[in-house]
Amino acid sequence: MLSKKVKSRMIFLILLLLSASMIIFFVLKSLEENVVYFFSPTEIYDRPNISFNTKIRIGGLVKQDSLSINKTFTKFIITDLKNEIIVTYNGSVPNLFSEGKGVIAEGQLKDKKYFVADKILAKHDENYMPPEVSKILEKSN
Amino acid sequence: MLKNFFPSKILLSNNKLINSLLVPMILIVFLGLMYALFISPPDYVQGDSVRIMYVHVPSSFISLGCFGFIGIASILNLIFKIKFVPLMAKSLAPVGCIFSLISIVTGSLWGKPTWGVWWVWDARLTSMLILLIFYLAYIFTWKYVKNFERANKISSVIGIIGLFNLPVIKYSVDWWNTLHQPSSITLTSAPTIHYTMLVPLIIMFLGMVVYSLIIFLMRYKTELMKLKLDKKNQK
Repeated sequence: MLSKKVKSRMIFLILLLLSASMIIFFVLKSLEENVVYFFSPTEIYDRPNISFNTKIRIGGLVKQDSLSINKTFTKFIITDLKNEIIVTYNGSVPNLFSEGKGVIAEGQLKDKKYFVADKILAKHDENYMPPEVSKILEKSN
Repeated sequence: MLKNFFPSKILLSNNKLINSLLVPMILIVFLGLMYALFISPPDYVQGDSVRIMYVHVPSSFISLGCFGFIGIASILNLIFKIKFVPLMAKSLAPVGCIFSLISIVTGSLWGKPTWGVWWVWDARLTSMLILLIFYLAYIFTWKYVKNFERANKISSVIGIIGLFNLPVIKYSVDWWNTLHQPSSITLTSAPTIHYTMLVPLIIMFLGMVVYSLIIFLMRYKTELMKLKLDKKNQK
């Protein structure tokens, strides 16, 4: 049905696509460290050669009842429900930043448990609902 | 299905198809906007800025879909060399390009009050910017490479390379840690959007799809007319 020319073009293109997808896969795999936007506390703990005092981002949830804000700085704990890191920060936080919500902190690790942030980003999750529904959900919990 | 896009059919159907889509499109978009801006509730954490989503998410879907079509058309084009396939892809490119730009701009407007920043270089946002660049490269190839055969080949290669970016965009939020939230609507599980917000989202999506179709048909017709004119001039 297909002419020889069309067939050879087809095979050539399929081989090209396959090899290109392999190359892209391996490139992305090897660049993984640079593609991830932040590390979770567990990933920080598990990494053998972590660089202190250089710019890095960590992310997770703000632990319940860990947030304390006074005039000069904000202090809270980032948790991924397995490991925790204490974060201190000096500056204003985004509106959506609150306990139990997702957060990403940019700054420097002083040691594996202590982080000094110079930027705080609030992370939003994939749940969308009206306020009434969230109240009902909270009550049932 | 593909038969309906044969040049003869499109030129025969004249403006009838386009005109018959125009009124439904305006009605659907009007209904969608009313629902999205006034009837649907604010979000429990984002407040009213959730309404940006009703434009942002459909735009992203459409821009990905359009490039998916362009990529597949590019493959078919290089294998089978059917004349009207690249013209279809060429007509669709500006639609997808504009929607990818809208997606980035609305996302940025939403990001500032929600995340606290306009832009970050996380995997989702970066791969979306790459999509926009692919669109621009594709469009500019058609615009500035004068020889049809050459423009056709170069743009097809761009379309095929850009195709690899699509799964990266789609799954970037699952493969890597990103600031962008994961998808709320997936094929495998129930949507994590409350139905009072899902309904306007779907209506807006429909309206914008019909809009894209209209613009596509208009451009495609122009391309076919140009082709006809060129043939006449050659004779």
